[in-house]
Amino acid sequence: MTTEILETTNSDAAERIEVTKIRAAFPDAILDVNTFRGDTRILVRREQIVGICALLKQDLDLNYNYFVECLGVDYLDTKPDHRFEVVYNLYSLPYTLNGVRHGKNTRIFIKAAVPEDDPVVPSVVSIYPGASFPEREIFDMFGIRFAGHPDLRRILMSEDWIGHPQRKDYPLGGEKVRFPGNKYGPSVGDVPIAHAGESYFGKTGDFQGEKS
Amino acid sequence: MANIEIERLIEQSSAATAAQGIQIDALDAQTMVVNMGPQHPSTHGVLRIVLELDGEVIVRATPHMGYVHTGIEKELEYQTYLKGVTLTDRMDYVSALINNAAYTLSIEKLLGIEPPPRGQCLRVMLMEMQRIASHLVWLGTHLLDIGAMTVFFYAFVQREKLLDMVEMMSGVRMMPSWIVPGGLRGDAPEGWFERGKDFCDGFPRAIDEIEALLNANPIFRERTQGVGILPAEECFGLGVGGPTLRAAGISYDIRKAIPYSGYENYSFEIPTGQYSDVYDRYRVRMAEMLQSREIIKQCIENMPDGPINVDDRKIVPPPRIEMDNSMEAVIHHFKLWTEGFHPPVGESYVPLESPKGEIGFYIVSDGSNRPWRAHQRPPCFMNLQALSRMCEGRLIADVVAVIGSIDIILGEIDR
Repeated sequence: MTTEILETTNSDAAERIEVTKIRAAFPDAILDVNTFRGDTRILVRREQIVGICALLKQDLDLNYNYFVECLGVDYLDTKPDHRFEVVYNLYSLPYTLNGVRHGKNTRIFIKAAVPEDDPVVPSVVSIYPGASFPEREIFDMFGIRFAGHPDLRRILMSEDWIGHPQRKDYPLGGEKVRFPGNKYGPSVGDVPIAHAGESYFGKTGDFQGEKS
Repeated sequence: MANIEIERLIEQSSAATAAQGIQIDALDAQTMVVNMGPQHPSTHGVLRIVLELDGEVIVRATPHMGYVHTGIEKELEYQTYLKGVTLTDRMDYVSALINNAAYTLSIEKLLGIEPPPRGQCLRVMLMEMQRIASHLVWLGTHLLDIGAMTVFFYAFVQREKLLDMVEMMSGVRMMPSWIVPGGLRGDAPEGWFERGKDFCDGFPRAIDEIEALLNANPIFRERTQGVGILPAEECFGLGVGGPTLRAAGISYDIRKAIPYSGYENYSFEIPTGQYSDVYDRYRVRMAEMLQSREIIKQCIENMPDGPINVDDRKIVPPPRIEMDNSMEAVIHHFKLWTEGFHPPVGESYVPLESPKGEIGFYIVSDGSNRPWRAHQRPPCFMNLQALSRMCEGRLIADVVAVIGSIDIILGEIDR
């Protein structure tokens, strides 16, 4: 009963109009185009991300009016020239307003390549206001800073947290929960105890201990 | 290397600390800052909202979240695909089956499989039951927040019937983890569809009773009409979806626009509002519940026979009876529950219509038995961004009505 729902193709299929348009407007921006199970992912230079988002939103043939989300991915050393990618999930939402049809019902994934030594990406909040919370989450979880974000601070972890937990080299494990009777801790102004536990590579031990 | 890394982390962390907090001029007598939550009963969990007030009028509302952050996305990277399903229940805990389905459909897209018709139909039925249950929780708590207690009991009577059905099938009321890659964990028990029919027969009357209490109720209308208006154009950029978007007059539903699990085979309407206020969101959700009931009825009437799972022992465990007779079955069972399956290298995302908006899991597979990265597109998290915009210029009491109207679940916002 196993049935293929969507074919696995590589870039040999017909190029999507989004790729053509981006290539025309930003000749050297596209690093890679990948198609998997019908979804197209375009890897672009991070410097051009705001321009590309503006193009996708404002071009009437594309009309990517709906900001679905953006997320971070830590590829660690599996990619040759960058470690992180910020994936923008954009959707052209079909609707009819005042008798006029809008939207194409298409979806595109734009990826910005982010190197480890300079994790900064221009913020797209000016184009899509909804990017505000997701960008804060990526900053919180991956330590990727968004230049031009109006209010870039941690969103899920507490403000005095050390490190960025979704990074692959950040250890997973139990937190040392202590009840110190208000002698130290965030409320008293001391540095909180970092996590200890297992890292992605099965390393166990004290995270703080790796300092030395 | 490690030293530099940690120093950099600390530096970034302290920069973030400096940015934390509300920047206000202490000498400015015009505005006042009031903290709402995180233990405020109307914040649906542990949400803290910092309100900047001019008299009793809200200048700015800043939500602070993360109090129930449990690192589910990090944990998913360490669990095999099958085990990860149980974690997704805990995200949006009032619509657990839809979270299961979102994670499962994304994995199935990676694997390139699709369950047989009966599995699809049961999934649709379970998801619609969960949608009604989620809307009933919203209805009860929203009305409780703005001062009407009776509706809570009326809504929960109906919800109990649905949870009883889920319990009958899975043994669990709220965290069933019943939709898994390849199909479902089990078929419907005897008498289950009759229970479903009974529910469908009695449900419109229950909705009528609730609507008779509220629709023309002057106190309710005073509290909700014209409150929390968000124009449709602003919804798009903010990523606001679901009933909040439909209340703005946009006839858009993922079940119609991008059908999944065979939703194209069912006939149902997309209810829309007109004024995009709290009252319209209430009307849209009430109408949606009746539409979900229509879908459940169609599922029961047209339930196909046959298997519920894909016939692939590498993805779905063998039936118990086979394990007594077949060595192969025992080996498959052992391998599946210890090692799991290996999807091909790739990335997938499948959008679903959750009771709150668009939900979907972005899964990055590196070809191993665990996801390299699994990220949920959290509808409540995105909808919460609109809170400040909806509250600006309104009174404090309206904040409570607005929070209720966007139907936030903090388990999903914080994950």
